[in-house]
Amino acid sequence: MNLPEAMKVSTRALYKNKMRSVLTGLGVIIGIAAVVALVSIGQGVSRKIESQISALGSNLLMILPGSTSMGGVHGGFGSVNTLMPSDAAAIANQIPDALYVSPGVRWVGQTVYQNQNWATSIMGVGSSFPMIRDWPITEGNFFDKEDVDAAANVCAIGQVVKEQLFGGIDPIGKIIKIKNLPFRVVAVMAAKGTAGFGQDQDDMILAPYTTIQKKLLGIDYLSFIFVKAISSSSVNAAQQEIESLLRQRHNIKTGSDNDFTIRNVTDMLAAVMNITGLLTIFLGSIASISLIVGGIGIMNIMLVSVTERTREIGIRMAVGAKRRDILLQFLLEAVTLSTIGGIIGIILGSILSITAGSFIKIPISINVFPVLIAFFFSFAVGVFFGLYPATKASKLNPIEALRYE
Amino acid sequence: MSQDTRQDNNGIVVKVVGLKKTYFLDHVAVPAIKEVNLEIPKGSFVSITGASGSGKTTFMNILGCLDKPTEGEYFLQGTDVSSFTPDRLAEIRNERIGFIFQNFNLLARTSAMENIELPLVYSGTSRHERVKKALELLEMMGLKGFEKHFPQQLSGGQQQRVAIARALVNSPSIILADEPTGNLDTKTSYEIMHVLKKLNEEMGVTIILVTHEHDIAAYAQRIITFRDGLIVSDTVNHEK
Repeated sequence: MNLPEAMKVSTRALYKNKMRSVLTGLGVIIGIAAVVALVSIGQGVSRKIESQISALGSNLLMILPGSTSMGGVHGGFGSVNTLMPSDAAAIANQIPDALYVSPGVRWVGQTVYQNQNWATSIMGVGSSFPMIRDWPITEGNFFDKEDVDAAANVCAIGQVVKEQLFGGIDPIGKIIKIKNLPFRVVAVMAAKGTAGFGQDQDDMILAPYTTIQKKLLGIDYLSFIFVKAISSSSVNAAQQEIESLLRQRHNIKTGSDNDFTIRNVTDMLAAVMNITGLLTIFLGSIASISLIVGGIGIMNIMLVSVTERTREIGIRMAVGAKRRDILLQFLLEAVTLSTIGGIIGIILGSILSITAGSFIKIPISINVFPVLIAFFFSFAVGVFFGLYPATKASKLNPIEALRYE
Repeated sequence: MSQDTRQDNNGIVVKVVGLKKTYFLDHVAVPAIKEVNLEIPKGSFVSITGASGSGKTTFMNILGCLDKPTEGEYFLQGTDVSSFTPDRLAEIRNERIGFIFQNFNLLARTSAMENIELPLVYSGTSRHERVKKALELLEMMGLKGFEKHFPQQLSGGQQQRVAIARALVNSPSIILADEPTGNLDTKTSYEIMHVLKKLNEEMGVTIILVTHEHDIAAYAQRIITFRDGLIVSDTVNHEK
């Protein structure tokens, strides 16, 4: 018997037991749908986190005061005030791998324009900040080195702040007040979206760090230093050079812990991708348990089917079916069940993940590769769990099978 | 297997030499057939009778290539099939043997046409050829118009006619009919026997009939009686 004939016999047998076939296939449908949905969502989350971290800027190093473990006491970043503007200047002057350096201070406060007000995050940064963060400017010009040196009352605003304070009005040249201090708006930053760790980067005002330090907060230390390395290959070298420079400047003895932390965005990205990748594999593995349960369901029903159809097997053998004809017939039934279940499962899983993705605002794309893997797996499940019942059928004794009631 | 390996063998279609069949039940040898020697010429109509336990069913299974003898040879149209593998036996059954059973043994929820076509499916015949042959035989059995009917929609007699058509579809060397009238009423039984007799007389089909009913056995030209695994009588039926 050739393959098309065998296919016809098998599909017809499945069709004759519609309800049973649907219920048996459901196991595989759910299994494959779960695998496809969870892997797609996992990949979507990975991509989203990846793009958010990349949005911080390429070749970026972040230097924060404090250390994860300082003398046995675990302090949060920023819990000590060890970073000084002179540190930033030293990095800029002495580290050739550092292309741009921007000191930074952070504050949160109320901003007012005429009768509008808006609570937002205020960052004091250097003039090279837009270059460091790869952040384009849509209107006006970002403040320059002279503004920073002079601690000028100028600022650049994010899209959200523009919307909240100005609505449709052109903000360039307008005066806003922060803590009663007037700032002239000189630039509007391009939309950047939510980045990194949940904060909306467009809900932000950027001003010279000198102005914020001296006029607004009355402090001399920094909240962070951003450094952009010359190239991706020099990021690690820059990190090491900065570390030894800062240790020297802060008089840290050999063997003592740093009083600062350097975060490498590339490393962070790699670490996060590693975790999300593991998470995706983990979710996929859990989902494949349901696929195995579906496969056992197929095996169970195929065994029942073989017993029920013993007489049919006997008749087929009597008129000339060989063992492999019978084997093929029952194997094809199992494989047809599992692959059709697999295809429906892939469609269902895709719909599920896209729907879920739109709810949790994660871009889901269904890739060919996981779909092919899922299809192959459903096929393999059919072969694996169908082989035993089919072999059992093919080994029946025709005389006994014919006599079976 | 192809047709060309069949030999005429002086018109002998079935030749059984020193055939024995022993079953082992819990390591105890139970002889079902002690020793049988038999020749059946082409175009015969032979009845095999005997009480239950006489060995006639075992003998039938061996003739039908469903079982293998423990000892001895079985030549089916000149080919010694007694040592064939299960798959080779399946081929032989497919090409040279037509079965008719007491309980018809048609595939349920499968149309009459498809039931008749079944042996051709396993011999790899094209669909076109299958339909042509099956239709021919269906018509010959007087079942025109019942092509799409399922077995459960047919009477016993009609079902057995479908089974006869299925047995004939591969133009076999022998037709083995195992109690073909066992599930039929007397009138239908005679109708079926009449069909078989006509096939034998008009088309020269070799028929081997297993029955324990004397009036059914009497349709054959030759009556072989089994008892305790041996042939105890082999007579020409003078009524015919």
